Amino acid sequence: MGLAPLIVVLKTLALRRNDETYHQAARFWARIFGINFVLGVVTGIPMEFQFGTNWSHFSRFAGGVIGQTLAMEGVFAFFLESAFLGLFLYGEKRLGPRGHWWSAVAVFLGSWLSGFFIIVTDAWMQNPVGYSRAADGSAQLSSFWSLILNPWAWWQYAHNMSGAVITGAFVMGSVGAFYLLWGKFEDFGRIFVRVGVVAALIASTLQVFPTGDGQGRMVALHQPVTLAAMEALFESQPGAPIVLVGQPNIDEHKIDNPIEVPNALSFLTYRRWKAEVTGLDAFPQDQWPTNIELLYFSYHIMVGLGTLFIAIAAVAVLLLWRHKLFVSRWMLWILLLSLPFPYIANTAGWMTAELGRQPWLVYSLMRTADGYSKTVSAGNGIFTLLGFMGMYTVLGILFLFLVRREIERGPLAQAEAAH
Amino acid sequence: METLWFSIVAFMIAAYVVLDGFDLGAGVIYLTAARTPAERQMIIRAIGPVWDGNEVWLLAAGGTLYFAFPLLYASSFSGFYLPLMMVLWLLMLRGIGIELRAHMDNPVWRGFFDFVFCGSSALLTIFLGAALGNVVRGVPLGPDQYFFEPLWTDFRVGVDNGILDWYTVLTGIIALVTLTVHGSLYIAAKTEGDLNRRARDLAKRIWPLQLILTVAGLIASVSIRPAVLDNYKHNVVGFLIPVIVFVSLAAMMHAILKSADWTAFLASSLYIVGMLVGAAFALYPVVLPASTDPARNLTIYNASAGHHGLSVGLIWWTLGMILALGYFFFVYRMFRGKVRLEGEGY
Repeated sequence: MGLAPLIVVLKTLALRRNDETYHQAARFWARIFGINFVLGVVTGIPMEFQFGTNWSHFSRFAGGVIGQTLAMEGVFAFFLESAFLGLFLYGEKRLGPRGHWWSAVAVFLGSWLSGFFIIVTDAWMQNPVGYSRAADGSAQLSSFWSLILNPWAWWQYAHNMSGAVITGAFVMGSVGAFYLLWGKFEDFGRIFVRVGVVAALIASTLQVFPTGDGQGRMVALHQPVTLAAMEALFESQPGAPIVLVGQPNIDEHKIDNPIEVPNALSFLTYRRWKAEVTGLDAFPQDQWPTNIELLYFSYHIMVGLGTLFIAIAAVAVLLLWRHKLFVSRWMLWILLLSLPFPYIANTAGWMTAELGRQPWLVYSLMRTADGYSKTVSAGNGIFTLLGFMGMYTVLGILFLFLVRREIERGPLAQAEAAH
Repeated sequence: METLWFSIVAFMIAAYVVLDGFDLGAGVIYLTAARTPAERQMIIRAIGPVWDGNEVWLLAAGGTLYFAFPLLYASSFSGFYLPLMMVLWLLMLRGIGIELRAHMDNPVWRGFFDFVFCGSSALLTIFLGAALGNVVRGVPLGPDQYFFEPLWTDFRVGVDNGILDWYTVLTGIIALVTLTVHGSLYIAAKTEGDLNRRARDLAKRIWPLQLILTVAGLIASVSIRPAVLDNYKHNVVGFLIPVIVFVSLAAMMHAILKSADWTAFLASSLYIVGMLVGAAFALYPVVLPASTDPARNLTIYNASAGHHGLSVGLIWWTLGMILALGYFFFVYRMFRGKVRLEGEGY
């Protein structure tokens, strides 16, 4: 999802400047996008099935509401994306330059629309709105627009999408830095680094403000116990500090080895330095997130890396502006090595959202322990889980192998299928 | 309203079987009909730009089923847990089989993914047929309207069914044969030369088997669940459906003999739609019959979502379908005509 708009940017530059190098650059990233897409499609199909296979009690309860958004994803996003991907990857000559630009836009829109409907679904689980309870206890849609305009969904969507762009931008910058350091495909290296670091700076700034800030205040408003657990704030207090480093000690209700900024949590949450922030002690223990330690670290890893991304991107853009970036080998090394971190930050962010919702599957309506498929035995569950782990490992290796190969062959190579 | 959504889901499933059916069938004949690397490339090129879009009908139908009949989705997906997991594996393997083979021009690499693609296509057709067989035959729904089927028990049709018994194995084979013919006709229509002739010959040789299996399938369905005839008895117009099925089978053979490949493919599509509509007509308003006690049947009334949701859905579904049909029309038009090896493509 993060790469799609960057490919549109490259295609637009290619059309505007009528420059074949940008066309080749776009084709190169389209090949990488193609590999990502195939593996994304095949590993994504199980997700839709899992609502029924593994979470049937949840689906029976919530299908009357989230069936809307999941079906809309299929009807609006999947058709758009799949129909135009083939044209985008293999129809450049048939479509001509303008038509091909439109196919890139269609793929971009399709993937972002798909993300939107999935986030609306997740946002309903985080902050259920627009439903009423039917006679059998299930949730049924009562207001379509409340579901779609759920404020949680819009903040989460913005936060998630800028996170995706950060990943795409850092990957592009990293590959560009690799070419410059390697001394091969340097024209392309400069394009990738330039587009990559500019996009990275824009997206990583948006990631913190306003999207991260907005998402955080959603949590404070609708899931105060989650916020307390994320920050490991055991006691309610005015002028609550924010912990930069430290390990939560759940048994003794304290942080070990803390380095804190006084009053900062109060300010970030309520815009007042001395505001009272509710701690875990205000809530019964059976409503605390199930795994506070993991939640705390996921959240802190996400925030820490997010801050680091702004710093890296800001320095890189500054050097670019002073025309020094392409000769600053130390910075190119930093860009090259930053490749894995956006992936880690995004994963940590999703872990924060989903661990933070625990012990609820649908916040305050259904517990996770009540939502799984009771007719599927644990033996069958483990059997298929192991199978998926094996399959996904193989797919992961294949992915790395093919992408590494594309990068090594470089942007000038022809797609092999076009023989 | 429930009836409308029943028809919509049935329409989407039929669209899936007709569209993805031909690329599944192309996968089944992939290693037999295509003898040279160039011919294999032609088959991949014939389905390459469209297979993913075709498969999306399955996901969209699944999503719509979830939306319109949440209880049916919850009950059947958890009850058919094991076979669905296999279907997922097959869908994954097939997707990477088609897409990743092109990434390396190496005979060992391509040979491996060719085999993956062909094998997963064939198994998928059988699983899809067996799934439909399970729905027609009924499943052991418990008092809470959930069930769990093992893969097999004693292969007899009774109360404690497995996923596979003689009846669902039969429907699985019917699906394999039907889609093999369907895919062969599509490949014949999209190609020239030896491959065109060989694909058409395959369809011609399998046709008698398809005829025999169609008759056997009808007899078997009526004998294991006589209730399938109820709707037909109340509404004799329904008997037109089997007539259409057999007429389209005959038309298909007629077109094959005249080498009119597109006509034959259309007849095959009509045959598939006829078979599916026939099954849907027999089931209605039941969507998942209980082999345990008919009182536990899941019907469109007890499994559907709330009325407000269903009416809202009608608006966006119509809009989305108009868009989707537009894309499909456009894509098929862009890739119309016989496939060639020169130029860009898979």
